[in-house]
Amino acid sequence: MTDTAAVRVDRLHVVRGGAVVLPELSCDIAPGSVTGLLGPSGSGKSTLIRAIVGVQRIAGGSVEVLGEPAGAKTLRSRVGYMTQAPSVYVDLTVGENLRFFARVLGVAPDAVDRAIGQVDLQQETSRVVGRLSGGERARVSLATALLGRPDVLVLDEPTVGLDPVLRRDLWALFHELAQQGTTLLVSSHVMDEADRCDSLLLIREGRLLAQATPDELRARTGTQLLDDAFLRLIEGGA
Amino acid sequence: MNARVTLAVMLRVLAQLRRDPRTLVLIVGVPCLLETLLKELFQGGPVFQHAGAPLLGLFPFVTMFLVTSITMLRERTSGTLERLMTMPLAKLDLLAGYGLAFAAVAVVQAAIVSLLAFGALDLHVAGPRGLVVALAVANAVLGTALGLFVSAFAQSEFQAVQFMPAIVFPQILLSGLFVDRGQMATWLRWISDALPLTYAYDALARTANDTLGTRFAVDVAVVCGSILLALALGAVTLRRRTS
Repeated sequence: MTDTAAVRVDRLHVVRGGAVVLPELSCDIAPGSVTGLLGPSGSGKSTLIRAIVGVQRIAGGSVEVLGEPAGAKTLRSRVGYMTQAPSVYVDLTVGENLRFFARVLGVAPDAVDRAIGQVDLQQETSRVVGRLSGGERARVSLATALLGRPDVLVLDEPTVGLDPVLRRDLWALFHELAQQGTTLLVSSHVMDEADRCDSLLLIREGRLLAQATPDELRARTGTQLLDDAFLRLIEGGA
Repeated sequence: MNARVTLAVMLRVLAQLRRDPRTLVLIVGVPCLLETLLKELFQGGPVFQHAGAPLLGLFPFVTMFLVTSITMLRERTSGTLERLMTMPLAKLDLLAGYGLAFAAVAVVQAAIVSLLAFGALDLHVAGPRGLVVALAVANAVLGTALGLFVSAFAQSEFQAVQFMPAIVFPQILLSGLFVDRGQMATWLRWISDALPLTYAYDALARTANDTLGTRFAVDVAVVCGSILLALALGAVTLRRRTS
């Protein structure tokens, strides 16, 4: 545990609908890095993400972001959040959506063009979101999270349903942002994205199986494929 | 609260409505149709003259209640509300933005319907016609505020739609439009006393008869107070943190 963590989760306990989703989860996320949050669906990834952006009611423990309690008023313009389902207005155009969120965030209008460019949607700016494909909608949602140049960017499965070229470009963008000092937490349920992360959080059934770099994980489990490494961890082999 | 954010919400809600011209046509067309039917059914006689102005003034309440509760329900289910709650937006910005947007729509709706009613349909009111339009807008804002609140209790659009008859019909039945409040059973009158539309109707009836006075001022105060109360209740249902 370092003192400079951008996100610090300490013995987080979350109950949803009577069921314990996160029994007692602790982890640190280093600033200026891309951390992958990996685990099967239903493992508690989205719940952890919601706790970090401050919209999840928690039953115990604490979550600190940039030294402040998660959800604090001062964090609202410093944390960018992309929900799992594209949370944009389907009856508005791409441009209208982003201009609205830009006004709410109080950022200059040129931020809209920059964010649209970052997700490569320049051609679709005046199209209604409801007419776009699932992948395009996800990119509108991602662009919204990028609008305010947040210090912490929390993305819940941002690359689902995207073609490989676009996925590669987005991961390049994530690393570029991290180099500029942004802290990124990116969840995924596909292990082939794990290799693109600086650091990994592997969770299963609400418990942290491992926090390590992809190479550390290979070394520890003695496997080449991260998929196999995950299996070893589950079976208690490492 | 922040004027920039409130305005952003208002413009966004109006932009969403503009994308849906069919709804806009229904918002204006349905009250025009009903007003015309009422006139033809009673051949422009006393019943039309009695109910014409209240219909004009209460219809925006029903419209905006429905449109708002569905729009807000979508905001809750699509995740956009959750996203907004992580942004620097005060709950009041959101509520006020909705209120202003639907008040603007109500101005257009009430203006067009009153042009028809007072013009071609020959509806007469003894008091100022502008006051009927102003009351219609106030009732629209009340409908919006209640719709925002009620949307928290609906899990689907089917449920949200069913709140309309449940919340609106009893209020209209007990408002005094159908049966004079003096002739109601005491317990019904007590319920009637507690419902905001009773005061909205009374204010419209007094405008139609030109019997404005202290009681009219009380009516307007109760309608405005109900708007604030409903907005406050709506704010309570907007939670930054959910389970």
